[in-house]
Amino acid sequence: MTMNRRNFIKAVGAAGAASGLSLAGHSFAGSKSGGGHVVVIGGGAGGATCAKYIRHLDSNVKVTVVEPKTEFATCFMSNWVIGGLKDQEWITHGYADWSKKHGINVVHDTAVSIDPATKMVKTKGGQSIKYDRCVVSPGVDLRYDTIEGYDAAAAEKVPHAWHAGPQTALLRKQLEAMPDGGTFVIASPPNPFRCPPGPYERASLVANYFKTNKPKSKILVLDAKDKFSKQGLFVAGWEKHYGYGTDNSMIEWRPKASDGTARAVKADSRTVVTEFDEIKADVLNVIPAQKAGHIAEVAGLTDESGWCPVDHLTWESKLHKDIHVIGDAAIQKPLPKSGYAANSEAKVCAAAIVALLNGKSPVAPSWVNTCYSLVAPTYGISVAMVYNYVDGKVAKVKGSGGVTPKDGNFTMEAIYAESWYKNIIDDMFG
Amino acid sequence: MTTRKVLAAMAIAGLAASQPVSAADAGGAIIAAQCNGCHGFEGASKGVVPALNGKPALLLSQAMKDFKSGARKGTIMNRIAKGYTDGEMDNVAQYYSGIK
Repeated sequence: MTMNRRNFIKAVGAAGAASGLSLAGHSFAGSKSGGGHVVVIGGGAGGATCAKYIRHLDSNVKVTVVEPKTEFATCFMSNWVIGGLKDQEWITHGYADWSKKHGINVVHDTAVSIDPATKMVKTKGGQSIKYDRCVVSPGVDLRYDTIEGYDAAAAEKVPHAWHAGPQTALLRKQLEAMPDGGTFVIASPPNPFRCPPGPYERASLVANYFKTNKPKSKILVLDAKDKFSKQGLFVAGWEKHYGYGTDNSMIEWRPKASDGTARAVKADSRTVVTEFDEIKADVLNVIPAQKAGHIAEVAGLTDESGWCPVDHLTWESKLHKDIHVIGDAAIQKPLPKSGYAANSEAKVCAAAIVALLNGKSPVAPSWVNTCYSLVAPTYGISVAMVYNYVDGKVAKVKGSGGVTPKDGNFTMEAIYAESWYKNIIDDMFG
Repeated sequence: MTTRKVLAAMAIAGLAASQPVSAADAGGAIIAAQCNGCHGFEGASKGVVPALNGKPALLLSQAMKDFKSGARKGTIMNRIAKGYTDGEMDNVAQYYSGIK
């Protein structure tokens, strides 16, 4: 059907009437006669966006967000903090004003189980929260079983900094304390992982920091892959800014084929072991392989890949009814595991949930990913793509998207990168 | 009309059909929601990327068509505009122009 202004107004009228009816007898614990109760597990890029948009689509739906942290530091843009361009506060966002503004109940606790039969979420603090629909947006967990000697305790000495917050601050502190002439080693993970350009933006912005502050220092990127996101653009930027490809290069990239895969870590000596080599770093950053966040695994939402199969029309789990999984934890390909994709999926999921709670069919979705990286403070690059729904799955719209062209305006892209952050944060946490 | 009303309208209207309504037919709201990531909630940009809310629909749709054809050179919008039909662009433009 075609949606014109008159239809909008008629529909708004219908929505208003529906709200009036369903206000009576609404139960916060979840009831079909009311707008229903949605419990969102995880208050990050996916969860916060989904909660906010559900409330804006249908204020009759009650939303509870279960998130242990009272302040959320975004993983995206945390490289700007690690590189010293921004402070920790810039990437940290609270929930108090947001929850009041949108009428969202935030429970600062950790979800420990989801029972699809009784539709109940249980928390570490002993709460039982009943839902009509549950949204699981836990992000990623690190695969501590993949690199010998690297676990949560080792990460206190050798940060991963792939969950932002204290890990971001720790890595920054170590880089500040590193003497000039030292070596910073990043071990980059195999696919799929959160934020595919992230390790290379990190190398770039630390190189920028070294260039000014510790010019005799070097960066070695050990990679469990033979190619990476935006590679051509990163390499061109590294050549321009950091002497890449010359004897004097500040950055060296060692792919999988050249023994780049980290196999073991000796945290006390900041040493990383590959098949044929053992490298002692002055600052060591190990980003291990990843899987869906713990609660997804506990709730039986993951398959043998470690990620969650979902129906892309609604983002409902293919394994358990009435539970939706969005963001990095979901099998979302060809959408990437990015903050923007999580935000994009969250809106599609929110619209689908509101439809389903009203006993209607979801609208066919549309998605976008837009992802900026900085190679240097005034040199930005990006990748974008538009997606639609074809044959029951997310598909790239042919001819759309792609990376910054070779003759692109890299300064404008750097300026827009910061603007991007302000606006996506406004869309999630504003 | 606020985003909330438009999205509610979009949801309810779309929902009346037995099959999923295409994003294009559901008005600009569902596509526009995807633009908010860069242009701000309800298109009310907090950064240097242009705000879209309350702008004349013709201005917005023409800008997108020009980005798509290459008549206007942007940074990322040339790549994004190629993902939409003229009809979808008109709907998105209509949607944002209606947000005051």
